[in-house]
Amino acid sequence: MSAKRAAFDLKNLTQWILPVAIIAIWQLLSSVGFIPERVLPSPAAVVLAGWKLLLSGELLTNMWVSFRRAIIGLVIGGGIGFSLGLANGLSRRSERVLDSTLQMVRNIPHLAMIPLVILWFGIDETAKIFLVAVGVFFPIYINTQHGIRNVDAQLVEMGHTYGMTPAELFWRVYLPGALPSIFVGLRYALGIMWLTLIVAETIAASSGIGYMAMQAREFLLVDIVVLSIVIYALLGKLADSLARLLERACLSWHPAFQRN
Amino acid sequence: MNTRVEIPSIQRETLKPAARPIAGLPIQVEGLKKSFGDNEVLRGLEFEINAGEFIAIVGRSGCGKSTLLRLLVGLDAATGGSFRIGDDEPNAVDRDQVRVMFQEPRLLPWASVLANVEVGLGAQRRSPDGRRRALDTLQRVGLLERRAEWPSVLSGGQKQRVALSRALVSRPRVLAFDEPLGALDALTRISMQRLLEQVWADQGFTALLVTHDVAEAVTLADRVLVIEDGRISLDLRIDLPRPRERGSADVAALEGRILRELFKNARAGDDA
Ligand SMILES: Nc1ncnc2c1ncn2[C@@H]1O[C@H](COP(=O)(O)OP(=O)(O)OP(=O)(O)O)[C@@H](O)[C@H]1O
Ligand SMILES: [Mg+2]
Repeated sequence: MSAKRAAFDLKNLTQWILPVAIIAIWQLLSSVGFIPERVLPSPAAVVLAGWKLLLSGELLTNMWVSFRRAIIGLVIGGGIGFSLGLANGLSRRSERVLDSTLQMVRNIPHLAMIPLVILWFGIDETAKIFLVAVGVFFPIYINTQHGIRNVDAQLVEMGHTYGMTPAELFWRVYLPGALPSIFVGLRYALGIMWLTLIVAETIAASSGIGYMAMQAREFLLVDIVVLSIVIYALLGKLADSLARLLERACLSWHPAFQRN
Repeated sequence: MNTRVEIPSIQRETLKPAARPIAGLPIQVEGLKKSFGDNEVLRGLEFEINAGEFIAIVGRSGCGKSTLLRLLVGLDAATGGSFRIGDDEPNAVDRDQVRVMFQEPRLLPWASVLANVEVGLGAQRRSPDGRRRALDTLQRVGLLERRAEWPSVLSGGQKQRVALSRALVSRPRVLAFDEPLGALDALTRISMQRLLEQVWADQGFTALLVTHDVAEAVTLADRVLVIEDGRISLDLRIDLPRPRERGSADVAALEGRILRELFKNARAGDDA
């Protein structure tokens, strides 16, 4: 047991070797003056900048603003995508009415709508939330519909023969069967969510991490620009890890998620 | 662990027909027809099944065995003729009295073994003793200690036993099997055959077994029906005492007779 534990910790540690080495080399090259401060500040400088912004409260305010936009956009876009995905997966009629239209809209890159969105909503919250919602809609919609469609027809027939009601059939057969595919959509959507937010906040915002980076650029504060990038990366990683945890918890029956 | 074979011991006394309650329902089939487009699969089947009888249905691949079973359990509608189960309306199937088991176990991968068995309670799932009955049935098939596990970690034979307890838990009066042992290895097959015979003897349901294995049909059934060209071409009573020895002379003789019937028709089919 303890040997197993130690091996596990070791495996956990190995994945950190490379990032730590890169940062160490980066710090070293900065310290000896090989990388000019104006091009890329040292890791220590970035951490220091982060610490100062943290103390002034600016960092947390901006992170909260960005986080809020991301979540609201995800809930709205993801919610609509999930509902339509369910409807079009379960009902052929609904699919006939909606699907080809949605597939057409899908071919518009949602970031191409930024000028239009600024015209509609200005640069207030609605604009960013709208863009995030549109961005996350499609991966969730498509994967939900695909998941429902691919539920094993034999299991559905089994449900019928055992007298399951339509509601039971949905909760006990269709939804759990579609869940692996829905999670694929969710994790894909999370990536799009941050990407959309980064672009939207750098172009049209007066708060948020992206805005913080753009402002720092005007004053040539390279350390804060780099800090913003690092924070985006960390938030992205955090969201993905949470989604993985949720996936693991919900799909513990799935052979791919079974330990040992 | 994976292919562990647990051969249940047969309690011989329970196999005497007199010792068991007749819970099964009789089935009458009259001129039953089923076509898929121009393809006439069943062309007017006529037969009767007594309450609690064990019937095996054999025939060449594609002769319509599965089709017949699907009609009798209410998964498809006949294109002509009728059948009647017990005192029910013609062509009506009472979902809680009639259960079916397929070659694939069809377990919900996201439900525990026990939860899968509880699916079988059907309309009785809210009854207070449902859980206890599910546990009893699992014990019956020797899988009580695996009740909390996911189906994916079970072997093929164990999965089929879970599917069997799911079919049994509502105490059905007709149980239809479509090649339930078709995907199992020879040893597991034999132990499953004994288990089937035993639960049938205990519970007295009417059993309809579709199988490719003529020896299996002869060892288990009271009567073997051979389907050929959409009709019953042979209706053979098997009057051997139970439990029957697979490979014994009596079994082999009847097996040979059924095979000759199938082979004769097969040759006729090839010539046509
Ligand atoms: N849903 C369907 N649509 C069209 N044709 C079908 C359908 N189901 C079965 N058939 C046809 O009916 C015939 C009988 O099929 P069935 O599955 O009943 O055969 P079977 O006797 O069970 O064969 P096997 O022993 O291989 O399982 C076949 O010719 C098959 O192609
Ligand atoms: Mg078949």
